[in-house]
Amino acid sequence: MSSHHESSSAHPSLAARLEKEGEVSVADCYQCGKCTAGCPAAEEMDVAPSQVLRLLQTETPKHEDRALKSLSIWMCIGCETCVTRCPQEVDLPRAMDFLRQEALARNVANQDADDVVAFHKAFLNSVERAGRLFELGMVGEYKLRTGHFFKDMGIAPTMFFKGKLGLFPHGGANKREVADIFARARAVKKESKV
Amino acid sequence: MTDVRVGYYPGCSLQGSSRDFAESLHAVAKALSIDLVEIPEWNCCGASSGHMLDHLLSVALPVNVLLKAKKAGLPQVMAPCAACYNRLATASHEIATSPATKAQVESVLQTSIDKLPRVLNVIELLAQVSERIAPKVTKKFEQTVACYYGCLLVRPAKVTGFDRTEDPVEMDKLVAAVGGKTIDWNFKTECCGASFSISRSSVVGRLGARIMQDAVKRQAEAIVVACPMCHSNLDLRRGEINQQLEHKTDIPVLFITQVIGLALGLPKKKLGLGRHFVPVKFPPRPLAPPAVQ
Ligand code: SF4
Ligand code: SF4
Repeated sequence: MSSHHESSSAHPSLAARLEKEGEVSVADCYQCGKCTAGCPAAEEMDVAPSQVLRLLQTETPKHEDRALKSLSIWMCIGCETCVTRCPQEVDLPRAMDFLRQEALARNVANQDADDVVAFHKAFLNSVERAGRLFELGMVGEYKLRTGHFFKDMGIAPTMFFKGKLGLFPHGGANKREVADIFARARAVKKESKV
Repeated sequence: MTDVRVGYYPGCSLQGSSRDFAESLHAVAKALSIDLVEIPEWNCCGASSGHMLDHLLSVALPVNVLLKAKKAGLPQVMAPCAACYNRLATASHEIATSPATKAQVESVLQTSIDKLPRVLNVIELLAQVSERIAPKVTKKFEQTVACYYGCLLVRPAKVTGFDRTEDPVEMDKLVAAVGGKTIDWNFKTECCGASFSISRSSVVGRLGARIMQDAVKRQAEAIVVACPMCHSNLDLRRGEINQQLEHKTDIPVLFITQVIGLALGLPKKKLGLGRHFVPVKFPPRPLAPPAVQ
């Protein structure tokens, strides 16, 4: 299906960018609602997954803004159920990834999702530092970012005694190489924006 | 028996919170003459957080791992963690189908990319050697269990190309090969909440409760999984799950490698069975009449 994108080329619509950068055709969605019906996170969302696509289809800044500021994009678990069942094979999880990244870039992420954002940032920071995830270090950073100090204190000692909570980061990865990958990925992204 | 040699990508959780999966995998691999060759200097694949926050990294990190495997002469890579498996397979698929992404990843990794090693999950690997399992069973696994596949082993089909998307059966076949019975149930591929375990454990509790409830209703005595996140969300998070259930449940959650290990008569300690939050025990069976030979 060919879609004609309304916005000027100076500010391509999110739908146009998704098609180009993410190879997802928002216009293919015919709003049957199957994705929403099977979504395990729909109960936690403020805008249903199919409606997120509808907001993008109009290609108006007001609707795009609503999608970017939604809680939904942060409550999506990335379980891939929707795309597996979609009769049009619209890659909704990929669209969700794109919207999350755009919401952060524009600094408009929904504040009710601060803890989810903090978790993902702590995770990637841990990987950037050590090349591999250091679970305890990641949880520590997450707690600092969110102030959720006492959550999960109940299970931590059991995890420790069962040997499931390592106190030290794992060696073995090539730290330098991984740090370079992170740095070059930033540079490549910056380049592709200009 | 000739050794099956396969590249091994442990992933971060098998070194930490899912050591039980790693221990049982190694024990079973040894018993079945599978040579797991760890990829030298492997790095984290970025997991869910990678693709949620940074698409380019979410492809570059796994491709870096696959390139290392290739350099080490490994045509197949097995990732026991379903999340890692999914990230490696997705990255490989993107390289094959999106020239734009491929070009970007090539400049991030500063190398050209051609044919990458094949990515396998643990079920696929065990299925490759399934004929070795039955003759080695010393103690039949005579339990009735629910095989829980979760999201990332089977979805999306165009990426994983593994089993039937809505009603997979490969894990059920492995359980049957060691004498177990598997139930038909509705939550085989429903999501457990995955990486929300820490940031939104209430979601994990709600989703886990629905999964456990259906399995228990259909008389499962244990849940069998092949993913560290499925395991921790149903085992470690049992407190949150039970808060949502009218009838609390204490049926254990086992990795498929632990089930096979038990049937092969491997020591419990080698299978990491003592590390679970919900103790691994089964209801006593009524004494069966002696089998007629
Ligand atoms: S299932 Fe596909 S076509 Fe139907 S509403 Fe969802 S994205 Fe649109
Ligand atoms: S990938 Fe996201 S939107 Fe799609 S079904 Fe899963 S949670 Fe819902």
